[in-house]
This record gives sequence, C-alpha cells and structure tokens, in this order.
Amino acid sequence: MTVSLVLVIVMAALIASGVYLLLERSLTRVVLGFLLIGNGVNLLILIMAGRPGIAPIVTDGVAPEEYTDPLPQALILTAIVITFAVSAFLLALIYRSWRLANADDVSDDADDVALREGAFSMPVEEPTPDDGGTDFPVEPDDTVITTSTTGEEQR
Amino acid sequence: MTALVPLVVLVPLLGAALTLVLGRRARPQRIVAALSLVAVLGIGIALLVAVDTAGPLVVEAGNWQAPFGIVLIVDRLSALMIVVSAVVLLAVLVFSIGQGLADGDDETPVSIYYPTYLILTTGVMVAFIAGDLFNLYVGFEILLVASYVLITLGGTESRIRAGVTYVIVSLLSSILFLAAIGMVYGALGTVNLAQVAQRVQELPIDVQILLHVMLLVAFGIKAAVFPLSFWLPDSYPSAPAPVTAAFAGLLTKIGVYAIIRVETVIFPSPELNPALMVLALLTMVVGALGAVAQADIKRILSFTLVSHIGYMILGVALGTVAGTAAAIFYIVHHIVVQTTLFLAAGLVEREAGSTSITKIGGLLASAPVVAVLFFIPALNLGGIPPFSGFIGKLGLFQATAEQGDALAYILIGAGALVSLLTLYALVRVWNLAFWRPAGDVEGDETRLLRTVEEAPLTTGSIAITKATPRLMTLSTGAMVAVGVALTIFAGPLYAVSDRAAQNLDGPEPYIQLLFPDFEEGVAE
Repeated sequence: MTVSLVLVIVMAALIASGVYLLLERSLTRVVLGFLLIGNGVNLLILIMAGRPGIAPIVTDGVAPEEYTDPLPQALILTAIVITFAVSAFLLALIYRSWRLANADDVSDDADDVALREGAFSMPVEEPTPDDGGTDFPVEPDDTVITTSTTGEEQR
Repeated sequence: MTALVPLVVLVPLLGAALTLVLGRRARPQRIVAALSLVAVLGIGIALLVAVDTAGPLVVEAGNWQAPFGIVLIVDRLSALMIVVSAVVLLAVLVFSIGQGLADGDDETPVSIYYPTYLILTTGVMVAFIAGDLFNLYVGFEILLVASYVLITLGGTESRIRAGVTYVIVSLLSSILFLAAIGMVYGALGTVNLAQVAQRVQELPIDVQILLHVMLLVAFGIKAAVFPLSFWLPDSYPSAPAPVTAAFAGLLTKIGVYAIIRVETVIFPSPELNPALMVLALLTMVVGALGAVAQADIKRILSFTLVSHIGYMILGVALGTVAGTAAAIFYIVHHIVVQTTLFLAAGLVEREAGSTSITKIGGLLASAPVVAVLFFIPALNLGGIPPFSGFIGKLGLFQATAEQGDALAYILIGAGALVSLLTLYALVRVWNLAFWRPAGDVEGDETRLLRTVEEAPLTTGSIAITKATPRLMTLSTGAMVAVGVALTIFAGPLYAVSDRAAQNLDGPEPYIQLLFPDFEEGVAE
C-alpha cells in the first residue's frame, strides 16, 4: 500500500491541533477541536484506501488495480453526515449554555466540588451503646452535618 | 423468520417518525410509542425462540452477498440482548408516561421526548444486529445522538452542564472507534466482522494488539471501564429519572456487548486477557469505593453501575466459554436490576422531593410500596442468595476459579468484597432514607436550609413533592417482578447464556455463518 506523505502530515496536524483544542476549557474551542479531529479521522480513512486511481465504474479493458477503492469514500460520507449533525447539536448546546450561564466553559461537577471542599458531609450513624438491657436502645444521636467553613459556622 | 430481523429496527424508526408527526397530540404519541416497543418486544421474543431452536439468522440487505453488502446477524447473544433491552425500554417508557401524565406536561415542548426515545431504541437495535464494524458504529451514533438530546432534555442549567461532559466524552470515544475502523480497513481491507475475524490472524502480532487496544479503548469509554469511567457518575444523575434509568441499564451494556464481540470474534487470542482482568479488578473496587463515599441515591447507583461493569469485564477477560456465559447472564441480570433501582430512585425523588440521603427519611412509613420496590432489587444487586445477582456472581467466580492462578483468586476475593461494599452502600441508603424516622431528619432541615443559602453549590435543588401516579409504581413493580423472574427462571436463562457463549467459542462459528466453507487453520 502506497500512501501520500502529504496526506499523512495533514492528518497528523489536524488531529494534533484538534486534541490540543479539545483539552481547552472553552466549549467553542472544544467544538473546533472536535471538527478538526473529525476531519483528521476522515482523512485517515481516505489514506487507508491506498493508492488513488480512476473512478470505480467498471469499464472494459481496465485492470482492477487501476480503480480507486470506493468503500472508504462511502464510509467518509457517512462519517461527515454524522459529524455535521453532532456539531449542529453541539453549537445549540453551547448557545444554551451561554444563555444560561453567560459562559462557555466546561464547568466542574457541583457534587465533586462539594466533595473536594469537604462541604458535603456524610450523615454518621452513631452506634448506640448497648447497656445489656432488654429495652429498646435509646434514640440515636442526631446526624451531624459539618461544613468546611467551620469558622463562620461557629459565629 | 429472517424478515423479522430488519423489523426490529424499522418498527421503532417508523414509530419515531409517526410520533414526530403527532407531536402536538400527547395521547396518540404515547400510544404509538408504547405500541412500537411492545411490537419490538414481541419480535425480539420470536427472534430469541427462532434463533435458540434453529440457529442464527443472517440477512444480507438487498441480497448483496456477504463481504460486499450490509449483513445483519442475529445469534443467541444478540437475540437475548434485544429481548432484555425491549423489556427495559418498555418499562421505562411506561414509567415516563406515568410521570408525564402526572406532571401535566402535555402542552410543553417535551413532545420531542417520545420520538427521541424511539430513535434511541432504533440505535440500540442496530448495534445488536450489526454484522460489520461500520454498522456497529452507525448504531452507536444513532443511539448516542438520541441520548445527547435525552440527557439535556429541557435544557436546564444542571442538565446542560452534565450534558456537555457526556457529549464530549462520547464524541471522543466515537472518533476513536471511527479511527479504529479506518485502521482495520487499512490493515485488512474489510469491515465485515466475519471477514475481519478470518483475516486478522495473518497480521503481525503488534498490529493486532494496536487494533485490539484501539477498539477496547473506544468501547471501554462507552462501557465505563476504569479508568475511562469518570464521566458516568457526573453525567447520569442529573438527567430525568426515566432517562437515567434507561441509560444506566442499557447504554453501558452495549459497550460491554461490543467488547464481548471484539474479544470472542475478532481477537480471541489471550494476549490482553491479563490486562483486562486487572482493569476488571480496578473497575470493581474503585466503583464500589466511590459508591460508599456518595450521599445521593442516584450517584450511589451510578458508582455501583461502574463497579458492576467490572464483573462483566471479568467474565469476558477469562476467555473461556464458562466465563462468557457468566458474563452474558450477568449482563441480563444487571440491565434489569440497575434499571429497576434507578426507577425506584425516581419514585423516591417523587415521594421525598430529593434523592440526597442526608435530607430524606422515614420513607418506610410514608411510602411502604416504594420501600419494597427499592429493597428487593437492592438485595438482588448486592448478591444476596437466592437472587439472580448471587447466581451470576457464583457463575463468574466458578469460571474464574477454573483458571486457578493467583490473579484469579485475587479477583474472586475482590469480587466478593465488592459485592459486600455494594450491599453496604445500598443498606446505608435503606437505613437513612427508609428506616430512619422522618423526625430525625426534621432537625437538620433548618441547618440544611441555611447551608443552601450560604453555598447554593453544595446541595441540589429542593423539588416540590407531587403525588406518585400509579403507572410509575406499576412499571417499577413490573421491573421488580422481572428481576425476581430472572431468579426463578435462572436455570433456563443460564442455559441460554451458556448456549450463546458456545456460539462465541472462537471466531469459527461466526465466520461460518457467512462463509460456510471456512475451516479453522485454513486461510484463504
């Protein structure tokens, strides 16, 4: 299989810049990154078709090797349509995010932030001391809620 | 019988078109959606019976012969997955109809819900009957695009936030999958699964491993295998309850299904099996520890979902018929039970107005039915005998013990530990949300309100409690009944899983479906 070096370099450049953009926090850049990677991968499929040839319409007197491989082009066409639909959805998502939060950042998960800052406390199940009696155990202590901002809390 | 195979895709797709046309009329929309899924379930059962008695069905679309045309293949594994998915999708649809009726959102733009839901069904079915890698990719894309819409339904701030994570991660996995398909085509000149399996043995081992790892990473993200599972607990809980239930039950399992196909048909050789076993171990343990650390029922369930994916990966990683059979049984069990638990969590949310176990209590007294509907699947997931969770884990451990080395026994120990941790996490939910007297929570209410005012980030929104419609309870009850039925009919079900796994013993049975002349060891 012979491969065009130019295509490989273009593909690598597209994917590399796409990955770089995808790692950004701004959603617009993420979309651009996604588009670049998508096109890079389409190029990859095209490269995998091997050597270019004439249009794959069967004509007499042409050896099979002369034709270009049509299947990857069909695959790319499908992939382009899917990428198109998904990027339209992504743009709508970003617009909505912008309208709601006035920012197009990928925000942190609220619960994760809470966990990280320790503001999210677990209810502690206090073991009730067993006094050996046959009565029902005493009421357990109220569950304790602690917050990280203890200083302000005790005010 | 082969005529039924395309129908399993066509019925929900046409149903989606019809519900879209009926967009302004809620009632006919619901009827069409429910009828389509009933039809899919019926077709699925017919397919399972036919495939189990008469062998796999192969449809060559447009009569284009095998390596050239699109092939649809239904073997026992596919048929089983179709039936279970149809059951779960139908139950979740009924649940959401109940919820929609109660909330009176007939007039709201959520009329897009039913068409999208049916498109999701279409994608799931395409993925199960696909006979080539690219069709599998298309199936994944159909269901993913539908899932993007469903997870951001209504477009509230928290859903958009969760949706962004979900969409970007899914896109990345899709692109990796597409790149892997490109590489497979470059290396083998085909995307037909059977032909790929036939030719892949001739590749140098390093190229094989490269392709193998690319496919596994792509599917591993979808299946939420550690360390690619981080996105799941962040994105699932904020979606509407029925959507979360359907996603949690089904979508990750489709990734596992794809991994089973890759491991049994394309790369049956055992090079990566030890690595997969270690990943299974980490998935189980990290997921279970995550579940223990959470305080929200939906998040706890999301983490147990991740942890139990580990069991399935373990079964696949063994690379034996017994292991695959146990994994298939476990998938069926887990789809049903995890969906039931999320539906029960939806009921809890409705009864108590929240799913945070720090804020709710006394549900056993105020909603005994919900308590029962939560308790049974919780025991089932935790693997308490005699439930199907126990049978599945027992099968897995037996298959693992057959391997007999140190890693196998470590995995068995970890599996048992993780099932206890799952039980611990769920019992904690039970103790706090159901068993704890409501009065105990009341005292915290004022403090909680204060924390809400001080730091709105730290707690979820406070929803208004509405009455629980009977339809929601009924569908959850039906799913609990299905879960119990899995236990009662575990014998026949395990036998079907076993026969399905026999079909997947090496690539030969699959290849011979399309190329009857193929014999092992005789390359073309």
